[in-house]
Amino acid sequence: MIYPLTAKEVAKRVLEGNLFILDVRNEGDFNNWKIEGKNVTSINKPYFDLIDGVEEILDHLPSDQDILVVCAKEGSSKMVADMLDEAGREKVFYLEGGMKAWSEYLQPVKVGDLKSGGELYQFNRIGKGCLSYFVASQGEAAIIDSARMTDAYEEFAAQKNLKITHLIDTHLHADHISGGRKLAEKTGGKYWLPSKDAEEVTFSYEPLEDGQEIKVGESNITIQALYSPGHTIGSTSLMIDDNYLLSGDILFVDSIGRPDLAGKAEDWVGDLRTTLYTKYKELSDDLIVLPAHFGKMSELNENGVVQEKLSVLFEKNEGLNIQDEEEFRKAVSENLPPQPNAYQEIRQTNMGKINPDEESQREMEIGPNRCAITE
Amino acid sequence: MESTQVLDAKGLACPMPIVRTKKMMDTLNSGDILEIHATDKGALSDLTAWAKSSGHELLDHQAENDVLKFWIKKG
Repeated sequence: MIYPLTAKEVAKRVLEGNLFILDVRNEGDFNNWKIEGKNVTSINKPYFDLIDGVEEILDHLPSDQDILVVCAKEGSSKMVADMLDEAGREKVFYLEGGMKAWSEYLQPVKVGDLKSGGELYQFNRIGKGCLSYFVASQGEAAIIDSARMTDAYEEFAAQKNLKITHLIDTHLHADHISGGRKLAEKTGGKYWLPSKDAEEVTFSYEPLEDGQEIKVGESNITIQALYSPGHTIGSTSLMIDDNYLLSGDILFVDSIGRPDLAGKAEDWVGDLRTTLYTKYKELSDDLIVLPAHFGKMSELNENGVVQEKLSVLFEKNEGLNIQDEEEFRKAVSENLPPQPNAYQEIRQTNMGKINPDEESQREMEIGPNRCAITE
Repeated sequence: MESTQVLDAKGLACPMPIVRTKKMMDTLNSGDILEIHATDKGALSDLTAWAKSSGHELLDHQAENDVLKFWIKKG
């Protein structure tokens, strides 16, 4: 018998247990992007090299571990899993929906309670390394850097009896299609976007400017905007409850944002440096930084949250410790990783200039986020 | 291009386009050209990689509307 594993079940194993993966996509796709984790072992053997039989790989599969077969959409992994089953392997699993489903799975994790009443959650899109945030207070919710899969937030809000009132994007995204506008249309909430990133958008929005305060619920949860350009010209960080700094794509736990995805790296290097080395330096050391991406599973802490104190990042994050300006310029503009898949089309979609169908949107988002200067 | 055989794999999802391609290729002789029509978007990277790993030569590929066409010469 072969068994399906949902992306959610795979996420649980990736985070808590161990997993042996036989990835049957072609070598290029495997090297570009795969399921990773502390106790995840994966090998690659394209399904088209196994059509005549799986005998040659049987010896490479551990006998004491479950096997998860993974492909792009599911079909090939099922075929290979069936062949392994026929060859006598027991308990063979395949990833339901393939890497597409893996890319779309969102895992909500509680970051903490808010001092003035309320809760903050991080929604982790584990497969793509994207992080969004859900602020809940007194019957209302604000969502920051929402992913395209808006159902996950709507279900979460419904479970908690919350009305979604604000959708905020810290910048115009290049790696994923924002769900903010769609959610705003559905819920009647306000969609906030930094105005400097929104010059070409085709829809109406609330301009997110430096110093803007956004209230969630009747009480005192305030989201305060801090203009922090560099990844894009409009990039804006958000302070929540005077305790959390949502740094968008400017500062990550292990890296810093890249300034080149809108084609203006040279112009924005100075902004990025000023934001990181001057503006952020003036903020309270005790702030907990919550970024919009992570690159490696090791950036998740023991509770599964990607976060770090600003003081620790100033000490340990290499991107915050390049004293020489010329060296910094080189680090953020030369030898960068490849750009995110379809990043230009994704930006156009987020501006409302093109409207690809859902299947095309899924295809566009395949692959890792690649918004940092390092992989 | 003069194709020896044409395989219609339109509407088939992965892995079938390549499974069919391989089966038909097994019936051809070295130097023969197989023309494949597919609609699965993954076919491009997978057929390219498959041809390479199995010693065939991908001579050309074109997209016509939603149909991807491939010409592979048997090695």
